[in-house]
Amino acid sequence: MSINLLSTITFLPLIGMALVLVLPGERKGLIRWVSVAFSLIPFALSLNLLFSAYQFPPQGTYLFEEKMAWFPQVNATYHLGVDGLSIPLVILTTFLTPLAMLISMSVEKDVKAYYALFFLLETAVIGAFVSLDLLLFFVFYEASLVPMFFLISQWGGANRRYASLKFILYTMFASLGMLLAIQVVGLASGSFDLPYLTSEIGRPFVGKNQVNIFQGAQQVWPVIAFVSFSVAFALKIPIWPLHTWLPDAHTEAPTGGSMMLAGILLKLGGYGFLRMVLPLFPQAAREFAPVLGVLAMLSIVLGAFAAWGQNDFKKLVAYSSVNHMGFVAMGIAVAASAMGGAVAAHAPDPHAVAEGAHAAAAGYTGEALIESARIAGNGAVLQMITHGLSSAAMFAVVGIVYERAHTRDLTKLGGLWTIMPKYGAILIFCAMGSLGLPGLAGFVSEFLVTRGAWGSEFTLLTVLSMVGLLITGIYILKSIQKVLHGPVGHEWAHHPLKDINWVEVLGVAPLMIAMLLLGILPSLILNPINFSISALIR
Amino acid sequence: MISIQLIQTLLWLIPLPPILAFAIIALGANRSRALTTGIAMAGVVLSLIAAWTVVAGVVNLPELGRKPVGSYVEWLPVGGTTLRMGAAVDALSATFLFMVPLACVLIFLYSTSYMAADPRYTRFMGYLSLFAGSMLGLVVSDNLLMLFVFWELMGFCSYSLIGFFYAKPSAYKASVKAFMTTRVGDMLLLLGIAYLYAEAGTLNFADILVNRGVLEFLAEQPAILLGGMGVSAATLIAVLIFGGTVGKSAQFPLHVWLPDAMEGPTPVSAMIHAATMVSAGIFLLLRFFPLFEEATKGHLGSHVGLEIVGAIGAITALMGALIAVAQYDIKRVLAYSTISQLGFMVAAVGIGAYVAAAFHLLTHAFFKALLFLGSGSVIHGVEHGHHHLHAAGHGSGHDDHGSHDDHGDSHGHDEHAFDPQDMRNMGGLAQRMPITTLTFVLGGLALAGFPFITAGFWSKDEILSSAYAGLLEGSSLHSWVFVILCVSATLTAFYTMRQIAMTFLGKPRSEAAAHASENPWPMTLPLVILAFFAGVAGFINIPKDFPVFGQLAGSAAGWLHHFVGQMLVEEEVAHAFNAVPVLVSVLIALSGLGLGWLVYGRKPLEAGETDPVEGLGSVFTFLHNRMYFDELYRSVFINPLQKIADFYSVIVDKGIIDALLEIGYTIAGGVAEGFKLFDKYVVTGVSDLTGAAFKRAGNWVRELQTGQVQNYLLTGIALTAVLVIFYLFVFRG
Repeated sequence: MSINLLSTITFLPLIGMALVLVLPGERKGLIRWVSVAFSLIPFALSLNLLFSAYQFPPQGTYLFEEKMAWFPQVNATYHLGVDGLSIPLVILTTFLTPLAMLISMSVEKDVKAYYALFFLLETAVIGAFVSLDLLLFFVFYEASLVPMFFLISQWGGANRRYASLKFILYTMFASLGMLLAIQVVGLASGSFDLPYLTSEIGRPFVGKNQVNIFQGAQQVWPVIAFVSFSVAFALKIPIWPLHTWLPDAHTEAPTGGSMMLAGILLKLGGYGFLRMVLPLFPQAAREFAPVLGVLAMLSIVLGAFAAWGQNDFKKLVAYSSVNHMGFVAMGIAVAASAMGGAVAAHAPDPHAVAEGAHAAAAGYTGEALIESARIAGNGAVLQMITHGLSSAAMFAVVGIVYERAHTRDLTKLGGLWTIMPKYGAILIFCAMGSLGLPGLAGFVSEFLVTRGAWGSEFTLLTVLSMVGLLITGIYILKSIQKVLHGPVGHEWAHHPLKDINWVEVLGVAPLMIAMLLLGILPSLILNPINFSISALIR
Repeated sequence: MISIQLIQTLLWLIPLPPILAFAIIALGANRSRALTTGIAMAGVVLSLIAAWTVVAGVVNLPELGRKPVGSYVEWLPVGGTTLRMGAAVDALSATFLFMVPLACVLIFLYSTSYMAADPRYTRFMGYLSLFAGSMLGLVVSDNLLMLFVFWELMGFCSYSLIGFFYAKPSAYKASVKAFMTTRVGDMLLLLGIAYLYAEAGTLNFADILVNRGVLEFLAEQPAILLGGMGVSAATLIAVLIFGGTVGKSAQFPLHVWLPDAMEGPTPVSAMIHAATMVSAGIFLLLRFFPLFEEATKGHLGSHVGLEIVGAIGAITALMGALIAVAQYDIKRVLAYSTISQLGFMVAAVGIGAYVAAAFHLLTHAFFKALLFLGSGSVIHGVEHGHHHLHAAGHGSGHDDHGSHDDHGDSHGHDEHAFDPQDMRNMGGLAQRMPITTLTFVLGGLALAGFPFITAGFWSKDEILSSAYAGLLEGSSLHSWVFVILCVSATLTAFYTMRQIAMTFLGKPRSEAAAHASENPWPMTLPLVILAFFAGVAGFINIPKDFPVFGQLAGSAAGWLHHFVGQMLVEEEVAHAFNAVPVLVSVLIALSGLGLGWLVYGRKPLEAGETDPVEGLGSVFTFLHNRMYFDELYRSVFINPLQKIADFYSVIVDKGIIDALLEIGYTIAGGVAEGFKLFDKYVVTGVSDLTGAAFKRAGNWVRELQTGQVQNYLLTGIALTAVLVIFYLFVFRG
């Protein structure tokens, strides 16, 4: 295999973009199908990563590493590499892109630019996932905002101006903080290289090779850096109360854009926590873990309540992302609680041992805590993947019905199962995937997070989160019932809606297959994930 | 002799055929009804063959309880451990592997005729296949997580099947209610699983439940929540797991979904009430009995455990029986009788009568499947009579099985007032539907516990005997359970007689009933087979020392007791024969049936006559309205939660969080405006000298300010990048 596989996968979509740009603009069908076909190439290449993911690399190294000088003046390098954490996310990206393109077949406005932006988005997101240099990551991370912004503002719904502005202001605000944090880290350690920064000698503020320019403010800068990073990623996930950009952006984005936004862009947040925040600031992460845990619980519960309160089908699905990504945040919080010397902090002290096992009442210690944290961390990563599949599928399903009925108002839909039987079955399948029905992928990840959180210091939060999981059932069933059940509405009886067509099936079926496959064989991707998470939490 | 290897292989194959049948039907076979019928039947029959082969292979293995036969695969690598998935059979699951596929095959056969006219017949058979496959998967699971997977799949199937007539509001409401009510229990169960996994490091039944060391460890560990109150981990885990049973097996206070579940087509009710759903809850409870027992020993001071189980069971038994007395809908009576009988089983587990509970579950599955299929046959027959009368009418046909009129739905058309499930519209069916009548009466007698010739008698008697034995030892729990179950059993016999009399005896009280006709063989044959089992299934567990019948049953006597009993760490001691509880059992059944005969049988109701139980006045109203549980839950839980949802999404998200952000946005805008003014009057004023240059720059900037955010953005990024690099370069340099 070429040693530049990662660069190839990352920049191949740009070639696709160029290809689309030279195609004649009036041949819309050609542009669409060429785009879909071309986007399958990065997907095929990225599968190689998964096959290689089972060669577990030694601690601190990555697969398919590429390293070149980039900005020698600031010691920033073009450093790429993947591990069990990023490989599933890269594949998710290359997998969702062609599907989002398929679902976008009905887009008529400015097709050329639309598909070009998708390719640009793909490059940016993959780039962010494979970067091992903070500055490089930042460039890709920021670059992903641009195509998304245009997708919302140009191809979005009625309220697209407000939504796109809110989206861009929110994330730009967070990005500025992150940029600051990156500079602070870079100044403290003299490098932006992640493998170096996460090693014993390079870790910012505590490693041996520190460039002590922050003398006199040793306590303040680590906290500033940690908080800036965390806010940026928390907003991306999003964690309550930083989530309000999401329902607007998701609802107004075109269907394909929503699929990418919910399916992949949100994952940059969870990925950022696990790749950067936790390994760079293990102590701070542990101290702030309870805060994150409480916010995660609130995301789960309030996200579910908010979804229940919606009467716009797409908004309901958008809020379900807050609910589901809350589990990612919860898993990260549990993982964080065991970072940076959890063993030392929680090891049974001699007195307790002397007094007998009961002294350790109502709590887990040492190894058990680490084990729980690893389980929860696995759950968080897997939840990112499963949510990527189920939310993309749900947005596709919403888009399909919207295109026919021209409304997403749940009070107006209803009884559609009778006139769209295939669509009904697909909607129920995807909704059940979103609900976390065992046998489909979402269940495994939610179970892992629940198990990990229960066995950590977050037992009570776990119990409260179950309220959210209960309400998840309500809003999922509400959406099924309001769309499919009941007598056929007058409007639809006179204008029979066409059942789902084969192109749309082609766009959704792979997601359904993937949900089923990962539900039955989660170890397919959990093996490499577990390897990387176990290396992270020690 | 069947080899162990074959058993290990077959175990994996037991749940597969129906699940595959579902997939094939869903993916294309639904184009042909005949093909669907063939695939569904083939699937469930293959399961039956595999299951019975396994049962035959293991039934004589020594120590089957402690050493289940099975195999596993590694499934989920997390942290340092790997969760395994496996299929195994032990004594308890062998019992289920005999009953479940048999009941499923009969229900499937029945459905091919009952649902034949339904436009969505193929979808029905598909769901039914998945339902059966899930239950079989649950039974062969060797660990709690896999059990939970199938448990939830069953929940999904019941949701889909209860709401099968999804165009009717009453049907989809019932389906949502069933799913959400059981989900409350499922969430508790999920926490229990998480907790058990965290403590024991495994979820494998054989590793936990027949392992003294693990059980004691759990019982000596303070609970992670409430640990200060002497609650052990074992207690908390057991209570959480019991939450799952309460939901799935429709125990008080989560019983409300089961009566509404009859909105589904009648074969679904038979599935839910006999072969699958509710049995799964009891199955789980029986599985975890050793943990409950250990928790109750109270290593840390709190003896909570089985008492909760016993109390919930007894309350449910009495409540179900009371409500059943005041119902008119033939299926609703049966639904409440199921709740009541499940209460018997749960109470039995609560008093430690492990085998009796399993025994009653087995016999109940046969006679309740029989009763539901019988009621379906009655409804079908009455409907037929009704259609016969209105032959000219509507063509939509069978959509109205399971119809229930007091919800006022879409398909009522000309039959607005007529409810084919209302027993007041029946009467005199004995002459018109002889096979249905005979088998239904036999099932009813089994439910009532008619002495000696019905399976229900033996299993109920065993529960009462166990309770009585405890009563003699002075246990107050046993005494209460004994008294409450006796009252419940009397009521059971009474409402059974009421139902039989109102349905079959006397003269027809409606034209439809007068024109009812017997159904074709695919519907009556299952009734006959089930009636056979409802009669004789009790003989596998007649106590050896029972006078006359103990000898009659020969080697079968006490067989189940030994077979299932070996599941326990310490095999339950069979109580010595005591005539008192047996006499009580006989007396109860006969007096209840006798009272029912006096009120309803001797002089059956005439058309238009008021039911004597209505003479109870407000008590009747209270019971007829199902003790107002639905209304209570609606006002205490559902409506407030709904309000929270509405309040949150409107007030908090939009009204508070976004409003705060907008304030911030406005302030930032104001600051920016200030800078602009500063720029305009101070900076520009001072720099007159370089005015021309600034003007040019200003023009350039103004061009950028075209109101397009993307330009701001690009400029912002470029500026930031330049600043950063410059800053770093200078700083570092």
